[in-house]
Amino acid sequence: MNLSLLTLEIAVIGLALAILLIDLWTPHQLKPRLGYVAVAGLLVILAVSFLGVGGGPAATGFDGMFVQDGLALFFKRLFLISAVFVVLMGVEFGGRIAMGIGEFYTVILLALAGMMFAASANDFVMVFVALEMISISFYVLVSFHRSRMHSLEAGVKYLILSALSAAVLVFGIALIFGAANRTGFAALNADGARLAGDKVFWLGMLLVLFGLAFKIASFPLQMWAPDVYQGAPTPVTAFLAMGSKAAGFVLVLRVLFAAAPALAAHWDKLLILAAAITILYGNLCAIPQRNLKRLLGYSSIANAGYLLLGVASLNADGSAAVLYYLAGYLFTLAVAFAVICIVTRESDDIASLAGLSQRSPFLAVSMTLAMVSLAGIPPLAGFLGKFLLLRAVIERAALNPAYLWLAGVAIIGVVISLYYYFGVIRTVYWSKEPADLSPIVVSLPMKISLGVCIAAMLYLGIFPGRVLTSATEAVKALKF
Amino acid sequence: MSPLTLIFILPLAAALLILIIPRNFRFVIRCVALLATFLSMLAAVHMFSTYDGRAAARGYQFVEQHQWAPSLGISYHVGVDGINLGLILMGAVVLFAATAVSWSIKTREKQYYILLLLMGGGILGAFASLDLFFFYFFHELALVPTFIMIGVWGKGEQKNYATFQITLYLSLGALLVLIGLIGIYLQLPAPLRTFDIVGLTQYFKAHPMQPGPQRWIFPTLLLGFGILVSLWPFHTWAPLGYSSAPTGTAMVHAGVLKKFGLYGLIRIALPLMPEEAQRWVYVLSFLCLGNILYCGLVAMRQRNLNMLIGNSSVAHMGFAFLGIASLSLIGITGTVVVMVAHGFLAALTFALSGYLRDEIQTLEISQMGGLLTRLPFIGTAMIMAMLAGCGLPGFAGFPGEALVLFGNWDRSATVTALAIWGALVIGGVYMLRAIRNIWHGEKEWPQISDAPTLWRRFPYGLLLAGLILFGCFPRLLTDNIKTSVAPVVLAVGADLTEDAAQTRAQSR
Repeated sequence: MNLSLLTLEIAVIGLALAILLIDLWTPHQLKPRLGYVAVAGLLVILAVSFLGVGGGPAATGFDGMFVQDGLALFFKRLFLISAVFVVLMGVEFGGRIAMGIGEFYTVILLALAGMMFAASANDFVMVFVALEMISISFYVLVSFHRSRMHSLEAGVKYLILSALSAAVLVFGIALIFGAANRTGFAALNADGARLAGDKVFWLGMLLVLFGLAFKIASFPLQMWAPDVYQGAPTPVTAFLAMGSKAAGFVLVLRVLFAAAPALAAHWDKLLILAAAITILYGNLCAIPQRNLKRLLGYSSIANAGYLLLGVASLNADGSAAVLYYLAGYLFTLAVAFAVICIVTRESDDIASLAGLSQRSPFLAVSMTLAMVSLAGIPPLAGFLGKFLLLRAVIERAALNPAYLWLAGVAIIGVVISLYYYFGVIRTVYWSKEPADLSPIVVSLPMKISLGVCIAAMLYLGIFPGRVLTSATEAVKALKF
Repeated sequence: MSPLTLIFILPLAAALLILIIPRNFRFVIRCVALLATFLSMLAAVHMFSTYDGRAAARGYQFVEQHQWAPSLGISYHVGVDGINLGLILMGAVVLFAATAVSWSIKTREKQYYILLLLMGGGILGAFASLDLFFFYFFHELALVPTFIMIGVWGKGEQKNYATFQITLYLSLGALLVLIGLIGIYLQLPAPLRTFDIVGLTQYFKAHPMQPGPQRWIFPTLLLGFGILVSLWPFHTWAPLGYSSAPTGTAMVHAGVLKKFGLYGLIRIALPLMPEEAQRWVYVLSFLCLGNILYCGLVAMRQRNLNMLIGNSSVAHMGFAFLGIASLSLIGITGTVVVMVAHGFLAALTFALSGYLRDEIQTLEISQMGGLLTRLPFIGTAMIMAMLAGCGLPGFAGFPGEALVLFGNWDRSATVTALAIWGALVIGGVYMLRAIRNIWHGEKEWPQISDAPTLWRRFPYGLLLAGLILFGCFPRLLTDNIKTSVAPVVLAVGADLTEDAAQTRAQSR
């Protein structure tokens, strides 16, 4: 039993417990600052992850339930980075949380630990444990605004639908176990040829994917996203969009291409359909939205659809594109949510951004760049991500012309999305009724984190080489 | 560094520089923009004059190449041959002129100049690129500011609808192009995959593309590029978009950006997919009659000067397409000349109509008349531009359109005859009628004044000079173009030699 494989996870959980303890001896007015302790800790862990601790060649622990390979490490770094930004937003947001800010950071770190376990899950039991760890943390986080109806409503919705999807997932796992008599991915893959013809196994996998569709907010379990995004405290919404979605995708990739590649090869039509419907649903429903967080909720559904393009391609290029896109998406959303966090107070209406170009030119430029990147326009990260995804899809068109139609649906989605993303930019710069023109002061840590995110968006859009190489290396853990 | 890099980096760098200048320093902002575009124009003129026509057959000149994403086969690669040489010169001149006439913008100047420079630098980069990825990347970079500019500084009641329409059409066109370009890239076996245009051309010369992929890639590209160039019946965004756009935007878009689609067809679609090109040119030649005849007739009915110019600009694109549809050396050479000529022409007419709108606050032709007495300089320039639009010899449009028509005669005399009719009769009718209604007449205009200083007249004069220079000395363009178009025509399998045409004629 090699515990050093779990160094990063243990460190994160240790940090969470440490914050909880320090909270006891911290005077009330200093409690929001605990976030900086958490950020410092996370940055150390992130640095450690680059030093090769817990890295090295792919290794498994717990009888193959836990795997530490390139793919796991790539996602763990993504989760750590997104947690850094989320906690920083939490510090900014701290004043608005009535009580328990220390617990707020702790639960964020626990959700992070869950995501990191998900990245390493190599067994269906592990998948379930990791997912529950994420979900239960989010039940708490989503309804953290205990005095606000919206937040509680979002919490209840999230709880019910998440529990439903978890139940379906467990049912699927039970069927898989019934058909194969084992739950480890490696073992299932070794038996793949026989299981691919087994209808019970087939149904079990379908139900597992159905359960995972909830996490990534894709059709058919996408309904919750706008409501929960709108109601949850902004840092939590950001973490749902940046972390929880990525955790869902790493599980989808593992389940499809590590546990049952033989089966996945037959599911191209299913995945094409799911991707196409998700893209259209997200983009079309986003058009009439007036609430910024709700808009980003629908946009998150649309982006889940784009990411599914990479999964549906069923090849290494597609999966590498998913990883690249998620990396760009992380920094883009970190900017968007940070701006929302700083600017909006009572309501999250798009109109509350009116006059932002005069209140704070820096925030206005940040928000514009985030929207432009989401819309997939060069030279920002979103463009290259979409480019790579489209490339992967068109690559498959030689085998199945349906992929060309999927590419067509994707570009229709992109064209529609220009409308609502530009709507936000328009409000920032050219809105007619700027009610409040008081300047906004941005704290130094927020300035730095926004600057880092913008630099990262540009870096990923202009110099894709290094990250793309590491994404390509990471997906070598999968089989197609 | 290659002068090509300099030409498009200058405007882009100026855009970044303006970003950090406080918005109250209006004069500084304008000076930075003017200086950058002026230097970029000088670099373009220098490149044009030092281009070695005799060495043209050996390939691209002023080449610069750096690795960018080797795993994807993308490299930063720029270079010119006869086809994009004139286009880059024209683009740089139009960008400078557009910046110079933008003095009438009084609101949010900082953002305006940033977007204008992004647009201009982007499209110059697209024309300079010899890598499909950057070719697309730079065009997209240029396209998006267009939408924002029309939405924000646009004029007229239908501004919002125009913005909506142009965004929808052009984004769709661009994304179709993207799918087609990725499709081409994927036709290479995995280890050889590259976005390099030179590499792709060589590869497909040795291993022609399979008919299956050609069958979907060529129409996708034709449709995508066609939408971007306002090919009939996908042209409806153009007249309304241009008449609503601020002057500088209309100049750069109609003059330069729109040529991207034609350039893409000549540079990429024709040489790489010759078989499908042969099949589709028949369709194309009828569609471009739609441009020439239908849009010409629509232009006749317009009551607004900008709508008239917009429609006539769409009609001119018909000639450019007609030259491509001829698949002959003369015809495609003519297309490139038309592209350069129309760039100057469209920029000039939109610049002048913008001036007119600022002075008299309307562009309804029925409310104009008698303007020439008060606006001798602007009026003369506009009349010259309008006559150039009818294809008067002495202006650059004439050699271009003549070559297109010559090139097309062999393929289809009927189409050529109809196109001539469209150019001379329809074009003549609406242009001459507009000249009479706007400039002549009895109406008095006490309030308005002509462009007062030499500096204010300079941009218009510059564009006119371009029109006249290439109109009187078309060889400056055609010699280089011909050398570079020859391999394209050869790839499409058409007969190059002039003797061949005679043999065909005799055998009939």
